[in-house]
Amino acid sequence: MTRDQEPIEKADDSAGTESQRMELRLYVAGQTSRSLAAIDNLRRICEKNLKGRYTIEVIDLMQAPQLARTDQIVAIPTLVKKLPPPLRRIIGDLSNSERVLIGLDIRPVDSTGADHES
Amino acid sequence: MNAPTVKEPEPKTSGPGRLEKVPTGIQGLDEITRGGLPRGRTTLICGGPGCGKTLMALEFLVHGATRFGEPGAFITFEETAGELATNGASLGFDLAALEADRKLAIDYVRIERSEIEESGEYDLEGLFIRIGFAIDSIGARRVAIDTLEVLFAGLPNPGILRTELRRLFRWLKEKGLTAIVTAERGDNGLTRHGFEEYISDCVITLDHRVSDQISTRRLRVLKYRGSVHDTDEVPFLIDEGGLSVLPISSLGLDHQALTSRVSTGIPDLDAMLGGGGFYRGGTVLVSGGAGSGKTSLAATFARRACREGKRCLFFTFEESSSQVVRNMRSIGIDLAPLMEQDLLRFHASRPSTGGLEVHLARMHRLVADFEPEVVIIDPMTNLLTVGTASELRSMLTRVIDFFKDRQVTALLTSLTAATLPSQETSDTHISWLVDTWILVREIESDGERNRGLYILKSRGMAHSNQVREFRLTDQGIELIDVYLGTDGVLVGAAREARMIRDEAEAREREYEAQQRQRRMVQRRAAVRAQIDALTAELEAEEEELRRAAEREHNSEGGKARDEARMAASRWVDQSFADDNQGRTVQP
Repeated sequence: MTRDQEPIEKADDSAGTESQRMELRLYVAGQTSRSLAAIDNLRRICEKNLKGRYTIEVIDLMQAPQLARTDQIVAIPTLVKKLPPPLRRIIGDLSNSERVLIGLDIRPVDSTGADHES
Repeated sequence: MNAPTVKEPEPKTSGPGRLEKVPTGIQGLDEITRGGLPRGRTTLICGGPGCGKTLMALEFLVHGATRFGEPGAFITFEETAGELATNGASLGFDLAALEADRKLAIDYVRIERSEIEESGEYDLEGLFIRIGFAIDSIGARRVAIDTLEVLFAGLPNPGILRTELRRLFRWLKEKGLTAIVTAERGDNGLTRHGFEEYISDCVITLDHRVSDQISTRRLRVLKYRGSVHDTDEVPFLIDEGGLSVLPISSLGLDHQALTSRVSTGIPDLDAMLGGGGFYRGGTVLVSGGAGSGKTSLAATFARRACREGKRCLFFTFEESSSQVVRNMRSIGIDLAPLMEQDLLRFHASRPSTGGLEVHLARMHRLVADFEPEVVIIDPMTNLLTVGTASELRSMLTRVIDFFKDRQVTALLTSLTAATLPSQETSDTHISWLVDTWILVREIESDGERNRGLYILKSRGMAHSNQVREFRLTDQGIELIDVYLGTDGVLVGAAREARMIRDEAEAREREYEAQQRQRRMVQRRAAVRAQIDALTAELEAEEEELRRAAEREHNSEGGKARDEARMAASRWVDQSFADDNQGRTVQP
């Protein structure tokens, strides 16, 4: 992602069913290593645990600062789980996958890739 | 309170020269800080809950936006925009209108601990972006952040927060913003999270203490780098006019003494004070027992001042204003029209509505707002219910200094215990403060109670030493000469009785004098009659005598004629007769 890019990047994998779809928003501020790490970590976690059942929006507050106010963002990076309720926020570079999964209320998928949730 | 540990922060960003200050617009605060808060720096305001931090921060911004042309951004962590608007409205600020005019930007930062999970490193860039956005949206020159503690409660990892806050304060400074950051008072330090370590240019502490169930707010400028400031704790008030701080210790004895006079409203009393009345800017104490007419005296003075077009502020600690107006009407003093003209204002409150300092603060504020020439405090002794005599004295010293500084003529009444053998003693602790001391004294005799008025002292004027009888009539106050006689001072009915007796005696004496006069007239008449009789008698005698002499004379002349006639008849010739006439005829 570069500065010229659209602030909102959508990564939509519509393979999953609508009812189980998780809407996530990741707020970052510019191209910091921490932001990039957060994006990478989030994609990795979602691919592993939510394959086909998630949407990620990445919002760069440097380019849309007004959203920091409307979406009540203080810490950067912040991951917001908008759907399904309840709303949850996970702050940090998401390097601790376990805590991200707890925050998103997802049971981790084991190494074989089997989905315990189904 | 422990001394705060303050470390040297970042190097100063502003250039050389004097520290520039930004007025807060908060009454009194700019005086004790000698001009306001340091420009381009962050000021820390710390205090316990409910001590007025938020209001102070808000007022700083609103005054900046409305009076000093400096838009402001308010970043609040504690109150929603709606709550803040309500708070603002209670001080008469229309925050929504200010926002619409782009003079104020408000951002409510909500942090819900239960929603937040931490995973890895983070920073507060989101907060920076929000503050930056709020500032840039209106070109803010002032920022208030209230209260950063919430971050510590809402976000994990205090280590990161500390680093980020340090960065935040430096960032605010770099942007040249004059900021207020509020913080909760801590148990072991100035603030709970040690903000004083990062903000050390200016630190103000607020305090809300309760003693004897009466709360008093106090403010102290703990630290102000590069500036002279008052270090005392000073009381402050929060009322419908906002915050006001009282620079109570900054006055000295350098006020100008005026020679012009203000009439007391009672011509006789003016005369007793050497003509003219009280000195303008003077302080008058009227002492007396309950029901001695102190309020009436004060109201008479107030009415007179108002009639001369002077504004008068009447503090009453005993009665409501309507009660005073009604009572004064009964003695022919109608205050209502003066109130309608807004020349006379009442401020009625129970002493227990605040500590002495709150009352002092209120007086300061009201006097500063209304700018009266005459102030009445009735009765100031009621304030003793919320403070000791020495506290009251200290408060009165300050309030009197303040009045003198503003050339306000003040009349304080003092309720003294009438049962004391000497009423004066109870007021001596403040008598040195006043310029004129009038005593209304109960004189009890012959089963009745009357009032005697005299001037105990009056600096700088030749005043009467006479005791006058002080009477409340339906035409106002009357001063009558008391009866001074062999029986001592007589007042009231005794004076009347004595006067009646005196009149009877006088009448009697007059009658006697008239009687004597009449007798004298009679005597004079009698004597005169006697004189007349004697004179008449004398004249009669004189007449008799004269007649006798005449007769004698006539008889001698006749003899000669008779002889001649006889000679002629005897035919004596003429020559013989002529010879005979020349010589003695020898018979």
